[in-house]
Amino acid sequence: MSSCSQKLVLDNGVTSLDDGALLTVSGVGFDYQSIPVLDNVDLSVNRGEFVALVGPSGCGKSTLLNLISGLLPPSTGSISANGIVDSPGRLGNVSYMQQRDLLLPWRTISENCQLGLELRNISADTSKALVQELAKSFGLSDVLEYMPSQLSGGMRQRAALMRTVLPDNHVLLLDEPFGALDAITRNVLQKWLLSVLTRTDKAVLLVTHDVEEAILLADRVVIMASDPGRIVAEVDVRLVGSNIESSFTSPAFVELRKNILALLERRGVSS
Amino acid sequence: MRLIHNYMWQAVKNWYPAILTFAVLIVVWELCVWFLEIQRWLLPPPTIIFQELIDSIGLLTRHAGITVVEIIMGFAVSLMIGVALASGIVWSRAMERSVYPIIIASQTIPIFTLAPLLIIWVGTDIMSKVIVVVLFTFFPLVVSLVTGLRSVDSESVDMFRTLGATNAQIFRKLMIPTALPNFFAGMKVAAVVSVIGAVIGEWVGASGGLGWLMKLSGPQFQTARVFAAIVVLSVVAITLFAVIVAIEKWSLRKYPSTLNQAKNLGE
Repeated sequence: MSSCSQKLVLDNGVTSLDDGALLTVSGVGFDYQSIPVLDNVDLSVNRGEFVALVGPSGCGKSTLLNLISGLLPPSTGSISANGIVDSPGRLGNVSYMQQRDLLLPWRTISENCQLGLELRNISADTSKALVQELAKSFGLSDVLEYMPSQLSGGMRQRAALMRTVLPDNHVLLLDEPFGALDAITRNVLQKWLLSVLTRTDKAVLLVTHDVEEAILLADRVVIMASDPGRIVAEVDVRLVGSNIESSFTSPAFVELRKNILALLERRGVSS
Repeated sequence: MRLIHNYMWQAVKNWYPAILTFAVLIVVWELCVWFLEIQRWLLPPPTIIFQELIDSIGLLTRHAGITVVEIIMGFAVSLMIGVALASGIVWSRAMERSVYPIIIASQTIPIFTLAPLLIIWVGTDIMSKVIVVVLFTFFPLVVSLVTGLRSVDSESVDMFRTLGATNAQIFRKLMIPTALPNFFAGMKVAAVVSVIGAVIGEWVGASGGLGWLMKLSGPQFQTARVFAAIVVLSVVAITLFAVIVAIEKWSLRKYPSTLNQAKNLGE
């Protein structure tokens, strides 16, 4: 059966800044109108690693992604993504998929996916060819000429992810990509995402409030608490040799889920 | 061919209640004039107006041409001013706070009273009429454009920024396409009021145009000619409106229509 290595690193014990880290967040704080939203956040994601960030609503998970993407500058501390420390400089160099698909209703799916390449002035022929190639693994080949309004929520979400990953940046941020989907579609897409990203050399950071999703998809789960948002624990959740179908019921999965929920709850009560 | 036939059949189906109502009104009007023995200089029956339209078609089209040129020039100037002002208002907070209130306040001034001043300042040539058309049309254009450009949501802007878009790219590829449906709504309003603007301008001081012809014909009790001019003006306004609707349909052909959404619900 599956074995699992489990390691809890509490509070400020996160110090892994090894050479493999594509994304490094160190001592980052963020104040909004002099109210602290994030406090002293340390986080690193290595090449080829998938990290999930879980925490209660309003703990600043999305704010952290906005800081990493370069949309906002941190109030304190520093962020380095693929070696870029300057906040505006990270715009366009960190792939960021927001919660809503944000597909432009007047563009076909293909044109929507080409957007990132188009903004880099890559020729339409080249970007269209790239979209057609990638569409195969995204299951979107047949709907590339459709308008977004003709697609289901799950398909739209895939298209949004394809638009996000096409510029081929090394750091990929996902903000609850399946949050608005029904349970069945969500499950299908989780499996699919795992198969798409499993052989990637990107550093992936996923924000979710779904603990099962975090365990299923990630190599490591980072737990946040709120007021102000901070990292309180890290759990290694690599389920070695397991397949997805049996994961949900495997003893290791259940154990991990229990531990993470306990960590989230403990923080919730104490704060 | 079949497509055109279908399209026309659709148009007839859409419009027949309006056409039928209009026809009934015309018949009632005709009968009233005949049976109540109303003087023709007071209210000519539709048949006489139609006769006048045919008899004076050369005169009417010549003056319609003058009015149409005024409308098109005014509309073009208004479009340039409107786009520039709306872009400025949306881009710059300073401009929004300084210019926008004045633009709104300016609409409380009855433009009819400004027309005589314009005649004094720029004379009775085409310029004064163009300015009156601009005064009538720039407001709906600015307001609709500002509303449209503002309807862009901040998340979409963020999405563009994370893809590395410049401000100019965000404006061109996100804000303008988002604003288009609102913009065309403003264009349609502007098209209708532009005809009113040109006629008012001609009324106050001109040497040609349908408004001038009406002003001239009234005191001579050529009432049928006044009505004929009104008919031509309506045709001008409806044509202008139809042209804008056609451009709108073409420009927004990729936008999700209510028809598309209904189809999806059925799937």
